[in-house]
Amino acid sequence: MATLDGKCPTEGPIEKRWEKHRFDMKLVNPANKRKYKVLMVGTGLAGASAAATMAELGYDVTCFCYQDSPRRAHSIAAQGGINAAKNYQNDGDSVYRLFYDTVKGGDYRSREANVHRLAEISVNIIDQAAAQGVPFAREYGGLLANRSFGGAQVSRTFYARGQTGQQLLLGAYSALERQIDTGKVEMKTRHEMMELIVVDGRARGIVTRNLITGQIEAHLGDCVVLATGGYGNVFYLSTNAMGCNATAAWRAHRKGAYFANPCYTQIHPTCIPVKGNYQSKLTLMSESLRNDGRVWVPKHEEDTDKPAREIAEEDRDYYLERRYPAFGNLVPRDVASRAAKQVCDEGRGVGPTGLGVYLDFADAIERLGKKSVEDRYGNLFDMYQHITDDNPYEVPMRIFPAVHYTMGGLWVDYNLMSNLEGLFVLGEANFSDHGANRLGASALMQGLADGYFVAPYTVGNYLARVQPMSATNDISKDSPEVKAARKEVKGKVKRLLEIEGKKTVDDFHRDLGKLCWEYCGMARNEKGLEKAIGAIGELREEFWENVRVPGSNESVNPELEKASRVSDFLELGELMCRDALERRESCGGHFREESATAEGEAKRDDENFAHAAAWEWTGENATPVRHVEPLEFEYVKLSQRSYK
Amino acid sequence: MKLTLHVWRQKNANSPGQFETYETPDDINPDMSFLEMLDVVNQQIILDGGEPITFDHDCREGICGACGMVVNGEPHGPQRAATTCQLHMRRFRDGEELWIEPWRASGFPVIKDLMVDRTAFDRIVAAGGYISVRTGSAPDANEIPIGKEKADRAMDAAACIGCGACVAACPNASAMLFTAAKVRHLNMLPQGQPEKDRRTMRMVAQMDAEGFGGCTNHLECEAACPKEISTDFIAEMNRDFVKAMVRARQVVAKPD
Repeated sequence: MATLDGKCPTEGPIEKRWEKHRFDMKLVNPANKRKYKVLMVGTGLAGASAAATMAELGYDVTCFCYQDSPRRAHSIAAQGGINAAKNYQNDGDSVYRLFYDTVKGGDYRSREANVHRLAEISVNIIDQAAAQGVPFAREYGGLLANRSFGGAQVSRTFYARGQTGQQLLLGAYSALERQIDTGKVEMKTRHEMMELIVVDGRARGIVTRNLITGQIEAHLGDCVVLATGGYGNVFYLSTNAMGCNATAAWRAHRKGAYFANPCYTQIHPTCIPVKGNYQSKLTLMSESLRNDGRVWVPKHEEDTDKPAREIAEEDRDYYLERRYPAFGNLVPRDVASRAAKQVCDEGRGVGPTGLGVYLDFADAIERLGKKSVEDRYGNLFDMYQHITDDNPYEVPMRIFPAVHYTMGGLWVDYNLMSNLEGLFVLGEANFSDHGANRLGASALMQGLADGYFVAPYTVGNYLARVQPMSATNDISKDSPEVKAARKEVKGKVKRLLEIEGKKTVDDFHRDLGKLCWEYCGMARNEKGLEKAIGAIGELREEFWENVRVPGSNESVNPELEKASRVSDFLELGELMCRDALERRESCGGHFREESATAEGEAKRDDENFAHAAAWEWTGENATPVRHVEPLEFEYVKLSQRSYK
Repeated sequence: MKLTLHVWRQKNANSPGQFETYETPDDINPDMSFLEMLDVVNQQIILDGGEPITFDHDCREGICGACGMVVNGEPHGPQRAATTCQLHMRRFRDGEELWIEPWRASGFPVIKDLMVDRTAFDRIVAAGGYISVRTGSAPDANEIPIGKEKADRAMDAAACIGCGACVAACPNASAMLFTAAKVRHLNMLPQGQPEKDRRTMRMVAQMDAEGFGGCTNHLECEAACPKEISTDFIAEMNRDFVKAMVRARQVVAKPD
């Protein structure tokens, strides 16, 4: 085990450290920037914004995504909003408060320096997006509107109806398309990264599969930037898009990049409950609904089958308001999810499966009028009705927690560079800013902060120290590392197609998801995790003997794409359980049953676990090595989080 | 419930396609989404040794715009204001026969089965669907006040998900609704004024170059649009276009 250094600046007051760091970084001469080739993987908020910005600066960017258009990356589905410390509402917000809330909300498992930088940059993001034409909600006077969101006690969330992610992504996408038009970005859609190419300890390229032709090709450059999102689909059912996957991050991990805190997964409290075995994904209902909706279950188990409206007020348990009077329905996600699980475990869950709780708007409709509720949440209510055929204006919504976001990811230092030189990781794919729990409306903020305002500087700082490939010609498609990586990918594809087993990819994925949800979901314990590690290993073995992948490599083959992704999830799932097993404390989204207070609240262990765990790959079926990066808190006082 | 599906199968852009008929299993649940029904059919095809039906899809919550197929002649199927992934089997009857086809338009060549190439839309955006603002050069967001009505209307246009149903629904395979939504979103905002004429002319020119047809006011696009984008935007874009052309001529005609 080694101790990792996050390379955070430590001199001077925290408010000045990013500024000073920016000054200390090396610059690439404007005339030389075009000589450097940047390989950008992923076109969500982080990837699209970074690709556009780096191209504006003059770098030669090639950008990849698996979708048919960069505009479809899953950032598009974010509903609720984006935080920024603008204090436009004059309610006492500040950069420092956003910083403090985020560190606390992350249950003190993130880096102070990173989070402070994020809070500083948050204000620039709103300016940038507004200038791009992002149609944020506005007040009648024409100024920007805000709402309070997901546990924040100030109104700092900017939004565009329930489609904030879509509008911010379309902003970043438009900036990217502008650069594509100028020829500064070469865009490769329907290309999936299958392998990372490392030469002399430096990330120098990637191998992609063209999802139309099956062509497997190498792309070389001066650095590789992964903005490939999270790994929530390891659970099979999640709010992620069907194509979201961890392959790029996982292949980088296998090539030496450390994977940090994989056990930190966010289970979002307000999703539409699972209906049947055929279910392919879960749908989030924005957390903003908790601003006006009240969460409850019947007080008595025997009432759970009654229609909600027939249950008298005194027979309802508004359990969040009861347990957490200060925050009520707005407690952070991890707390709200666990509370829902607890009432369902007690047999008081509602709906056909008993895995659901009510989110009720009757009071809000009475207080504000139906029209106001419709203005605020109309599109979410419609979406709910499309899926469930219930009308939330008349009957309460039924909701249940679902996997939504992953705080863990590839380990990066303050410059967003992994332990592999030249490999940068942005957005959800990295691990650094949200600690053990992400607050609502912070994902969009982090993705865009990394992409617009951090990586363009820090990647430049790295490139300034290396000679460009266009000058040195030190590697080519015939270099041994490049040929080996291509061969590896071809071998994997061939192997998958030749198994011709009896179970489909989805069968395996569903089984893996069930194991992860059961043993590494909202509550974890030692016995369960050990069981899961064994069972996932067996499932992986069976996969490689019995999976059925139809068709060939040389055409469009979605089953082959899925098989390749699931094979990586089968390894990642095990690491996730291993990390959860070793972290013998409860923090944020990671709740260890052995580490709880008498009232059933999570209990952190700062003495032994105030660190990030970063795992090193040591080979197939070998035990990975756990490294640690100690977390030091100079400004934020560690305390047991309390929302009571 | 159980249904009979006639599905368009086409190996690639260069080979002819044909309908093939599949019987669904008899336990199709009315709460399934249309795509989940196809998943179930595909699982059966795979286990029977066949090649599953290829279709684009991703978020499955109606926002990414990846999915889209014509069901019984209607883009995204019979439900108004919904994408195919938001269409549920409860909208169909037990024993119903469905014809499932890809978007058909010369601007959207078929890639395989129900999957088409919509990169033309990206090229239309690249031609001018942006406001040129370098990262870091923006003024404070509240320095540009925008009335609520105007901001809301810009949002109505910006809600387009780029699925292409408007093109599939149009007898002329016109992309006017898509292009107009993109053009008008930016043209009606104060930030979008400096590039307004250039944007309108370039995007319309690119739309024409991609082989999409002209608009002859059938309004099928608006009816098919899962986000209910209004055809008023087409009229507004036409107005912007005429003004831009007039101004461009004036600039050319002016002596030095």
